Amino acid sequence: VHPVLFNVYDQIRALGWNGAFTLLRDGVVLGSLYSLVALGYTMVYGILKLLNFAHGDVFMVGAFIGYGVLAQLGGPLAPALGLVPLLLVMFAVAMFGSGILGVVIERFAYRPLRNAPRIAPLISALGVVFFLESSVQLITNSTHSEYSNFPVFGPLFTPMFSVAGNPVTVVQVLVVLTAIGLMVALMFLVYRTKLGKAMRATSFDREAASMMGIDTDRVIAATFFIGSVLAGAAGVMYGLYLSDTYFFVGFLYGLKAFTAAVVGGIGSIPGAMLGGVLVGLVESYAGGYAGGQWKDIVVFGILILFLVLRPTGLLGARAIQKV
Amino acid sequence: MSETPGIPEPLEEPPKEEASRIGVDSWVAESEGRRARTPAVVLARGWANSPDSLKLLAFVALASSVPFWTNEGDLFIFGLFTLLYAALGLGLNVVVGFAGLLDLGYVAFYGIGAYTYAELSSSQYGIHWPAEATIPIAMAAAALVGVVLGFASRRLLGDYLAIVTLFLGQAFVFFTGVANPSIAGKGLTGGANGIPQLDPLTFFGYSLTSTKQLYYFLLIVVALLATALYFANQSRTGRAWRALREDPLAAEVMSIPVNRLKILAFVFGAAVAGLCGAIYAAIETAAVSTNFSVSVLIIIYAIVILGGFGSIAGVFIGAIVINCTFEFLEPQNDHPEVKRWLFYGTIVLLIALMKPWFRPLLVLAGTIAFGFAVHAIVASTTAAAWTSGAPVAGGKWLAQWAVIPTSSHGNFDNYLYIGLVVAIVCTASLKGWWRTIALVPTLYLTALAWENVLAQNGGVTAFILFGAMLIGLMASRPQGLLGTARVEIV
Repeated sequence: VHPVLFNVYDQIRALGWNGAFTLLRDGVVLGSLYSLVALGYTMVYGILKLLNFAHGDVFMVGAFIGYGVLAQLGGPLAPALGLVPLLLVMFAVAMFGSGILGVVIERFAYRPLRNAPRIAPLISALGVVFFLESSVQLITNSTHSEYSNFPVFGPLFTPMFSVAGNPVTVVQVLVVLTAIGLMVALMFLVYRTKLGKAMRATSFDREAASMMGIDTDRVIAATFFIGSVLAGAAGVMYGLYLSDTYFFVGFLYGLKAFTAAVVGGIGSIPGAMLGGVLVGLVESYAGGYAGGQWKDIVVFGILILFLVLRPTGLLGARAIQKV
Repeated sequence: MSETPGIPEPLEEPPKEEASRIGVDSWVAESEGRRARTPAVVLARGWANSPDSLKLLAFVALASSVPFWTNEGDLFIFGLFTLLYAALGLGLNVVVGFAGLLDLGYVAFYGIGAYTYAELSSSQYGIHWPAEATIPIAMAAAALVGVVLGFASRRLLGDYLAIVTLFLGQAFVFFTGVANPSIAGKGLTGGANGIPQLDPLTFFGYSLTSTKQLYYFLLIVVALLATALYFANQSRTGRAWRALREDPLAAEVMSIPVNRLKILAFVFGAAVAGLCGAIYAAIETAAVSTNFSVSVLIIIYAIVILGGFGSIAGVFIGAIVINCTFEFLEPQNDHPEVKRWLFYGTIVLLIALMKPWFRPLLVLAGTIAFGFAVHAIVASTTAAAWTSGAPVAGGKWLAQWAVIPTSSHGNFDNYLYIGLVVAIVCTASLKGWWRTIALVPTLYLTALAWENVLAQNGGVTAFILFGAMLIGLMASRPQGLLGTARVEIV
């Protein structure tokens, strides 16, 4: 038996129940972030059957917009706003900015390719990924932007309550509650409004929907906007919670969020939420028990297994594909 | 002799030029005939009609003359790496171009080749096998992983396949760079530092050490590869691949073994990548996991896509264009003036393609006038520091035309770049004459961004340009320079 497996066993014994709970807590918080990003993947896939690689980078840009607002308003020494209004402004600007970015990406990278061979939008998406990442690298000069440099966020990291001696901080509660709130809002939008109905119709059959008088281009743009708004919110929360933001963060987070979307069943909104939390938990436990260097490989391995064995995911509908 | 009634005169055959080719619509033929007078079309016709063997010979002849008119350093970065990328592009072209499978894990095979060579020809485990043994093993190792991947993902459709292969690529980078499991008392892959000090390529006791030797060796490899892949493409298998690319469902109905062909394409691509990886490791005398990241992937994709899916000649053109662009943009490059000429030259060329003919002239004249006007206004209203900076590589008139501050003025550079992106987005959404008018400030902004930000950060700029090129090509000419346009019948 490979020594890694012994280490895992020892690690489980050493951490005990308290350690297991800490990992559970971290996994759920991380998973809420993945869920929010995964929703964007799943919505776009549902409506266009398109894998929007660039979505992870929209998330990254959201984190940087949040940081930019912070740098303008909450200068390290003299914050212009109190904590709560500052957070509100950061979320609002980052969500709106990411939303606009998503619409622009759709307009220029995907709309001209509506009827192109399937490989074309994927390559275009690859182009968007590199364009966005390199642009941010150019603007930030490859530096890491740390939210934690701002003492104004100090109160966020105080314990709010504790479970069996394990503290749960304010920011962790904030992340999970915001994620749940946004998801409830999204469910309302998709299942209770006219736009949501149009989105579901377009996702079901684009051609038929446009014959029924739905402006499908507009619905698709709206889908990109909503998905990107969620990614922008996730970006700011990522910055608040994990602090370290740099240009390459979107690629890895995007991939993991995509894993979440696939595990939950791509195209299914509840599936993306479930998948996100699952991936967060797997990553957290793999990191805690097998060592940080293995966690990404474990997450990717699970994705490959899922894609090969059950490509429809946990909650996805079984699609019949002939080839 | 009287004419026999009942037997009509034989009809005169129509002249050769007017008869349309089989399978070509008469209207299309006519329109092609009308276009045939422009030099570009004549050139394209000549290219299409000349035999492929002649093209390869011409390329090899031209390429073998390169070492005689370049210095050692230029031969290394321009010559050697162009050939290496061409070889990589040829392999990727089999998977993406011939068979139409989006393989984003291609760099992993490249890395597997490099690491296999590194394990077998270095002091890592004290194994020093010669290249005639390690290169086939490297190819076989990559091909084996290709079989496994192809077998596992044989039922996956386009974008699922893309994501699984992308994950393979990521997992490979993590495995070699971070996980580094210890075997026989040593880290297998050397972690972030990789495996250093590899042996040079040694065939039957003869070592290839100088750049020139490596260059000619690589040239032979590339020529052989191109020939082999050309015949593979012409073969029964090649035709089946194309059928698979155009429509997998129809191919299956035609009793083409789709799954087996997919795996075969993966194996072909993986073996070529493994070969390139082994050679690359020997050139660099090290195998480091960061050299097999997605950045390399995007360069190879840019090459294949610029050249055109499924076109072997296109891969060569793509490799030359992309590698030379990339190397010229590198900050340590010692030809800074070439960088500028390439940049402005490409922009002027793109503008010159606009129709009608006077529009480009108006735009260029307008941009030049606009620049001098802006420079004059800025110079008269603000402090001298705003306009007294010097362009990167000399150029007196440029300093009078472009606003270049002496040192960084706060976030001026960033606002400039973001402004440029916004301006391009706005210009592209306008139509007709409005677009032409908006082009003037956009072009000026481009020049400003180039002189102030982009030229100094060449490595990053290269990836921005490649990304933009992929988006632009997909929207305007998805078949690339030399690929054949596909007609989607849905």
